[in-house]
Amino acid sequence: MRKYIIKRLLLAVIIFFFVMLIIYTVLRCLPSSYVETIAREKSQQPGSKSYQEWLDQLNAMYGLDKGIIPGYIGWLGEFFTGHFGDSWKYTVPVIDKFNEVVWLSFEMGVITMILELIIAIPLGIIAATKQYSKTDYTISILALAFISLPTFFFIALLKLVFCIKIQIPDPATGSMMGLFPLTGLFSRTYNQMTPVQQFFDRAWHLVLPITTLVIISIGGLMRYTRTNMLEVLNADYIRTARAKGLSEKKVIYHHAFRNTLIPLVTIVGGSLPGLFSGALFTETMFSLPGIGYISYNAMISGDIPFSMFYLAFLAILTLLGNLIADILYAVVDPRVRLA
Amino acid sequence: MSKENEMKNNSVNEAASEKKEQFSLNDDRRVKVLSPGAMVAKRFFRNRIAVVGLCILAFMFVFSFIGGILTPYGENQQFYTTEYLNKPYAGAVMNEEFRYMSAPGQDFRADIQAQLIRANNKGETEFTWLNVTYGIIQEGEGFYRVTNADGSDLGIAFTDTVKSSIAGQTLSYEFTLEALRAYANNTGSFTVDGKTYTVDEGGGVVEGDKDVAFISRYIVNAISPDIFLSRQFQEELVEELEAGAETFTFTGEDGEARTYLIEYRPDVKQWQIKQAEPTRVYDKYASPSLEHPLGTDRHGMDMLTRLMYGGRISLVIGIIVEFIGTFLGMIMGGLAGYFGKWVDQLIMRIVDIFYCIPSTPILIILGAAMDALNVDPSLRMLYLMLILGFLNWPGMARLIRGQILSLREQEFMTATEAGGIRVSRRIFKHLIPNVIPQIIVSVTMGMGGVIITEASLSFLGLGVKFPYASWGNIINDVNNTYVLTNYWFIWIPAGALLLLTVLAFNLVGDGLRDAFDPKMKR
Repeated sequence: MRKYIIKRLLLAVIIFFFVMLIIYTVLRCLPSSYVETIAREKSQQPGSKSYQEWLDQLNAMYGLDKGIIPGYIGWLGEFFTGHFGDSWKYTVPVIDKFNEVVWLSFEMGVITMILELIIAIPLGIIAATKQYSKTDYTISILALAFISLPTFFFIALLKLVFCIKIQIPDPATGSMMGLFPLTGLFSRTYNQMTPVQQFFDRAWHLVLPITTLVIISIGGLMRYTRTNMLEVLNADYIRTARAKGLSEKKVIYHHAFRNTLIPLVTIVGGSLPGLFSGALFTETMFSLPGIGYISYNAMISGDIPFSMFYLAFLAILTLLGNLIADILYAVVDPRVRLA
Repeated sequence: MSKENEMKNNSVNEAASEKKEQFSLNDDRRVKVLSPGAMVAKRFFRNRIAVVGLCILAFMFVFSFIGGILTPYGENQQFYTTEYLNKPYAGAVMNEEFRYMSAPGQDFRADIQAQLIRANNKGETEFTWLNVTYGIIQEGEGFYRVTNADGSDLGIAFTDTVKSSIAGQTLSYEFTLEALRAYANNTGSFTVDGKTYTVDEGGGVVEGDKDVAFISRYIVNAISPDIFLSRQFQEELVEELEAGAETFTFTGEDGEARTYLIEYRPDVKQWQIKQAEPTRVYDKYASPSLEHPLGTDRHGMDMLTRLMYGGRISLVIGIIVEFIGTFLGMIMGGLAGYFGKWVDQLIMRIVDIFYCIPSTPILIILGAAMDALNVDPSLRMLYLMLILGFLNWPGMARLIRGQILSLREQEFMTATEAGGIRVSRRIFKHLIPNVIPQIIVSVTMGMGGVIITEASLSFLGLGVKFPYASWGNIINDVNNTYVLTNYWFIWIPAGALLLLTVLAFNLVGDGLRDAFDPKMKR
């Protein structure tokens, strides 16, 4: 087991090396005028250094004056010694900004995942046990519709219905306002609120974003649960259980469900690191200061240090997810032999 | 192939053939033989949901590709509408300062004008300036004539103004002097150049029964120099100004009544007269009508036509991206699966690497970079397709490799090997065709994903750019809360089409998978 994990870890490190090499090359191969544009913008800010100074500094800072490979090795060295540089857009160290915003994304991710599990798994099981029934078709089509839903369109619809069409009186002023806020994480009066009110205000702002995240992620898990449950229900040991005369309830929730858990645990475990990756579209459309929104702004304004850090972070999360899934697969299912 | 189906076929054929001729029980003609393709089609069309998906897709293709040809409007055709804007038309001011006019051949210079005011304020009847003595003769209230030392006229200074009633006519010094003199002294008539004019109390100067000029304390000037304001207009306007009215209606010579807005600006003691003038503007956000069934967008373009062209671009991008991805995936997956060992190891590690690349952020960064470089929109679309296609192959490669790994061990492959068939032929003629069902399913399902990715990027403004339409960049307008609230026809149809298309691809993909492999049906 340990040997297997070490082998996988080493492989992950190698993959990370090449992934970042590709990303670094892509960012480096963007025409040089890109950096010049940034330098020009920077030099035009009040009290800033001259254009040439910025250009030289930027080039030296990111190893752009060196070749791609030496530049990459330099970046890698900095990255692994914990020097992530300063964000151009936010003018603070990348790691500070990251630490400030990632927890909101994590919080949203955890709540979403819990809701997703609570909703998707039972529905998937119901669909599988009642295969070819109306319930099954409804659930399957809904699952497909949720998968096909373009996030941005769904958010716009939610906003139209819950923020504009449905109006409630504001408890503070009595004027009419949307049932849920259009954007943002806090009300304007947040600072004057008591801690309890602050908690509810924040929760009130998070209802729609989390609804969105749950709806768009629920479909995949529902289908996955259904497929695996069906597979298990066709297995010999289920027939044996039924032949023994066990009640259907016991067959499904005791024998079948436990075996369905094997792939479920694997996939859920594998998506745990993804809780940190943030929801780019949802956060951006609701202007929530999570890692997705903040890095989106960094990326479109050409903030190379932040973008490199964010991309590396995402790559690590993906690798970690695969690793956890593989290990869990072996841990949960004793039939799997590790090579 | 399920036995059930064959049995059903048999019984159906039996019933049909009873009426015709009788075959012996083991006669081949009794059994309707279906090719594998026909079997797949039959199973597919029995799946009602998948057929619905197929119908939606058919509609989308017709809508996008044929609709674009049938629509009377072009992709970027802009429509105009006439809007009434209040534009400044004239200005009016009550004259309280002297106006000056030089006598023919004389120069009533500004310095002399200043001396006149100084002397007049002291009540003097003459003043000396630069060794010349000038005489001041008061002709009426606020109306002075200045004479040179020899008694000839230098010019006049007056506060009531004389305006020509006839366009293009300039009033002579003599005329102005005599008219003002007659007006100030109420003499009723005067003669200049042998013509006799009469002056009425309102200040009108008439020759016979022809209006020549009129005298007024107000100065009304049109903003645009090519507009001539008639005397009647000016008189009626002045009446309204004195009454403190805010609007003013005037019936012109063409018999058309126009309403003007009057604004008084106390800081400069001026009135501004504004006229509602028709202006040609883009017919933006027009509500649905017969001409534009879904209204117009923010550029004044027909929404329905934009949706058709948008669908065309979304579908074409989906097809091309999937083609590139499948092509690359087929080669890489085929090689990996067939050769195994280190080739497989190498290719699969490359696939792992590509799987690990965060594609959305990369696309956003590239999009932003292209924005910064002002890449041409059509070139941009090409890059987008290439990048998406290139990021798309690893999934396909993994799928094909897995299938080929198991197919490779089967007897027919041993037979091809024994038959001495070339390697490339063995891969592409014998292995790949056996994977085609999986490829078709994967491509169909993948199309939905590609279309969503493209739409999302275009929505962020980083994919397909104006002037090209894409369902994503049409929905982009909802970022404007006013559009979100008031113009449903801008974004809901585009979103609905997008959702339906993606859903249809998924439904058809699901249906195809079940049809190709009934054992796998879940």
